[in-house]
Amino acid sequence: MAAEQAKVDPMYQFTIQPLGGSEGWELAGYNIAFTNSAMWMLITTVALFAFMIGGMRRELVPGRWQMMVESFTGFIDNMLEANIGKAGRKYVPYVFSLFMFILFANLLGLLPLGVFGVHPFTFTSHFTVTGVLAIISFSIVLLVGFYKHGLHFFSLFVPEGTPLPMIPILAPIEFISFMVRPFSLGLRLFVAMMAGHVLLEVLSSFVIDGTNAGATFGLVVGLPAFLLMIGICALELLVAGIQAYVFALLTSLYINDAENLH
Amino acid sequence: MPQIAQLAETWSSQVFWLLVFFGVTFFVIGKGMVPKVMDTVAQRDGQIAADLAAAKAARDAADEQEEAWRVKENENRAAAQAIVAKAKDDAAAKSATKLKAAQTRLDKKLAEAEARIAEARTAALTEVEAVAVEAAQDIVKTLAGVKVTKPVATKAVKEQMAHG
Repeated sequence: MAAEQAKVDPMYQFTIQPLGGSEGWELAGYNIAFTNSAMWMLITTVALFAFMIGGMRRELVPGRWQMMVESFTGFIDNMLEANIGKAGRKYVPYVFSLFMFILFANLLGLLPLGVFGVHPFTFTSHFTVTGVLAIISFSIVLLVGFYKHGLHFFSLFVPEGTPLPMIPILAPIEFISFMVRPFSLGLRLFVAMMAGHVLLEVLSSFVIDGTNAGATFGLVVGLPAFLLMIGICALELLVAGIQAYVFALLTSLYINDAENLH
Repeated sequence: MPQIAQLAETWSSQVFWLLVFFGVTFFVIGKGMVPKVMDTVAQRDGQIAADLAAAKAARDAADEQEEAWRVKENENRAAAQAIVAKAKDDAAAKSATKLKAAQTRLDKKLAEAEARIAEARTAALTEVEAVAVEAAQDIVKTLAGVKVTKPVATKAVKEQMAHG
């Protein structure tokens, strides 16, 4: 029985492996091996570039592809204008890059390439990656805040109309909630992507083990698990979009705090 | 959990390659391509707005011209009506004069005719009287053998004729 058990390790998909003997690459003493994670970052960048090329025809009457690209830029533009106002326009390049990079990474990581023997790697399921993105967003908020408002930016921790005696109590709470932002931003994406992929992997192990255990188990456990997987896959596609949107939306909200200090 | 188990050996490579590829994405796509795409959208919006404005201007101009045409048309119509009214008045005045002249002529003719008729009647009556007087003289002479003078006969006849 133990011999028949499939070796499905739900965590194995997140393993980072250096590709093509690059494990020894170093830069200033730090290891910069070109891993499968880096490979999928490259694929994401190339896919996004290819997608954007279609929007560069610059026709006055757009085709479908150009329309699609323009609807994405328009989407980010509208989001920034709604949250920040006219000043939000200058953040479109950053928030657009962020949104599309995460969206493409999430979607590419869901590609069923396992059928062809290639395993997609979702680098957004690594907190080293999401953490860096969150820190970049947070740094932009700090830079913009201190550049525009100087030390007055600290008044962000005192909500408008706070009675004087409440300030010593409220300011630390506001400060903590502010400092938690990069963590919540990075962890949210990492957890959502990892959870979805783990769930899919666990369900697939149910399908494999159930089917291996005989026809009855296959029907009772394997088939429902397989149907559930199909549903979860659709849900994961939704989550891929939503998480990219949430990341971009929260980034724009935080930038709004810095741009339009109350 | 490889994310934690491999953290020590992989974090630098992860961060490095993320910065490389996200940097490429930001500078090439975000900074290079997005503004152009948005520029195209803005251009199209501008073009549409300009076209709409031009269409509106053209429609306003057309409305203006129609209004001017209407004013002119009304003026022309009023002028035409004035001319027609004047012609009507003239014609009416002329025909009234003519009618008046004709009436005068007719009245004159009528009066002449009446005068002639009256004359003729008087003449006829005088003749009838004369004839009656002669007849009366003759009748009296024949019947009574009395010779009646003309003045007497005339008087009698006149009396009889006045009685009818």
